[in-house]
Amino acid sequence: MAERTLALPDRLRRVTDDTLGRHLLAGLVGAVVVVLLLSFLGGFRVSQLASFSYLAIAAAGLTVLTGLNGQLSLGHGAFMAIGAYTTAVLQRTELGLPLVVVLVAAVLVAGAVGVVVGLAAARLHGPYIAGATLALAIAVPGLAIFWRDLLGGEQGLTVPLPDVPAWFADAVFFLTATDPSSSRYVAYLAGLALVAVLVLLANVARSRTGRRWQAVRDDEVAAQLAGIDLGRARVLAFVVSAACAGLAGGFMAFVVRLTAPSGFTLTLSLTLLTAIVLGGLGSLTGALIGAGLLTFLPQVVTSVGGDVGLSDVQSAELAPLVYGLVMVLVILLAPGGLVGTIRLKRAERAARRAAAAGATASTGAPTSADERTRAASGTGATTGPEDPQHDAPPSTERKRSS
Amino acid sequence: MQQLTTTLLTGLTLGAVFSAFALALVMIWRSTRIVNFAQAPMAMVTTYVALVLIDAGASYWVGFVAALLSGFVLGAVIERVVVRHVEGKAELNAVILTLGLFIVLHAAAALVFGSRFRSFPAPFGVRGLTVGDSTIPLTGFGIFTLVSVLVVMGLLVALFRGTDIGLRMRAAAFGPEVARLLGVKVGRMLTLGWALASVVGSLSGLLIAGGGLVHPGYMDSVVVYGFVAAVLGGLESPGGAVVGGLSLGLTLSVVSGYVGSEVVPLAALLVLVVVLLVRPGGLFSTVHERRV
Repeated sequence: MAERTLALPDRLRRVTDDTLGRHLLAGLVGAVVVVLLLSFLGGFRVSQLASFSYLAIAAAGLTVLTGLNGQLSLGHGAFMAIGAYTTAVLQRTELGLPLVVVLVAAVLVAGAVGVVVGLAAARLHGPYIAGATLALAIAVPGLAIFWRDLLGGEQGLTVPLPDVPAWFADAVFFLTATDPSSSRYVAYLAGLALVAVLVLLANVARSRTGRRWQAVRDDEVAAQLAGIDLGRARVLAFVVSAACAGLAGGFMAFVVRLTAPSGFTLTLSLTLLTAIVLGGLGSLTGALIGAGLLTFLPQVVTSVGGDVGLSDVQSAELAPLVYGLVMVLVILLAPGGLVGTIRLKRAERAARRAAAAGATASTGAPTSADERTRAASGTGATTGPEDPQHDAPPSTERKRSS
Repeated sequence: MQQLTTTLLTGLTLGAVFSAFALALVMIWRSTRIVNFAQAPMAMVTTYVALVLIDAGASYWVGFVAALLSGFVLGAVIERVVVRHVEGKAELNAVILTLGLFIVLHAAAALVFGSRFRSFPAPFGVRGLTVGDSTIPLTGFGIFTLVSVLVVMGLLVALFRGTDIGLRMRAAAFGPEVARLLGVKVGRMLTLGWALASVVGSLSGLLIAGGGLVHPGYMDSVVVYGFVAAVLGGLESPGGAVVGGLSLGLTLSVVSGYVGSEVVPLAALLVLVVVLLVRPGGLFSTVHERRV
């Protein structure tokens, strides 16, 4: 009787034991949060959330590439530019394409360029990839000036806002009793796209593909001996990541409403890198946290600068200064970033508990195998950023080659 | 014909500056296995030091020497205080660290010196020399650029080949453990290496700035060109960096003159990708290493 009709908590546990189930559940909760937030917040907060969403989409893509696959791309600003220009050009045509089609096109174009760049990057490593993608970040905005007639030169292209579909207006009216503006419509789409991207990436990271990417990152020779095609794994990771950046660029075009070369400087690419380093390389949660900091920190810092007595122009430079300093400090003191450091601390605590339990009685072992490996990697080592750690970002595990 | 000579001579002076910058990158790469992406903002900061002095009434040469000296100090401080902690660790960490420094120096310069464009003086004329009744498109400042880069290279060769301290620096870079056993203060040599590289970087910053406009981002594209030049030469060899810099300068100048200046960064990217795909070790590599 009790076995046939499981209680609700048990059913829930059955869902959360399954990776896909857990991710879908988290995605569902995320989607509900997005809809609630966007329905009841004011216009300014909505546009801030929309910026957060596109930054987070790009950061999530980058953290998968850099954290899981070990390829450091400084060119994701360029992929965002490609997505944004594709969106702007298609949106300005008289075809009246649906928004989703425009965004899919942005993803496809960015992904296609990602294939080309990824093929080149797959044969390089470390500083060479960084240098090549840095060149990409500098080169792509120049193209917009070169093809002035199509892409609008220095002034850039203004992006017309999309029409709000009737069903969406009805649904929002049902929820909030107001008619949604088109920027709110874009914000909804961006928020929901972010949730979808996170669920997809989380699943890919836990799948065979994701494990291959990590194997390639950790040890090329071992991965090759295990039958993994290094080049294919690398190119695939690059394409997925570039496609995310393309989607982010598409949303950026709609949120900013102007696509110009000055929006895609090297700073944008470095900003994305800051986001993922702060949060913790390879962790999607970390990417979310990092993108959140990047969206909301500038206001705080700028107002602090104003209080201290700096001019507006000077205060505007405080935010990057803080990012840069934090990035340097994170690398020096806690290379795992926020998420990685919390994981490390938790593993250390588990190890200490296990050691204490082991001292009193030999039966007091940790419960799960996963916890045991974490405990094992934590014991016996001094606490420090250089500790080999389970689940750590690649940076702490890979020693310098050559 | 006139356009071709102009293009080639511009390319030559530009190439000399890229060579100097690439040389700075190579020096650091050889000793610490780090590509110093922060080299560009470091040079930018020292150029601002010179500009502040010149604006305060000092002569160009006082500013010039002050910039090189501040480059020396800045390089030494950055190596000793910040970079020392990631040397010999994961290469990703070092790259991210130099990019963090990139952002910090950029923002700090904008905060202290302001982010507007300011003009930077040149010690020699920036008009073409006149021979007879024809003008050759080689400016006084262009000659100064070529000569100063050549002098610096000569000094570096003399330092590394001819002096005791140069030998110690090479030993520290080549085999730190052995050098340490033999009594070389390896840490101090690495600091000195960074300081010297930073001086060379500052020189390239001053040469780019001369007769032009300066703002916090004016060196950003030069780091890309310098990197491409260094990779052309294999990232290992100083001679390769010089040849790489000159050939890149000529190539980009031709692209800029005949296609358009907007596609210059793209051309640099193409050169980089082609070289890395065809000869991953650079144009001058002879040994193929395989890491297992």
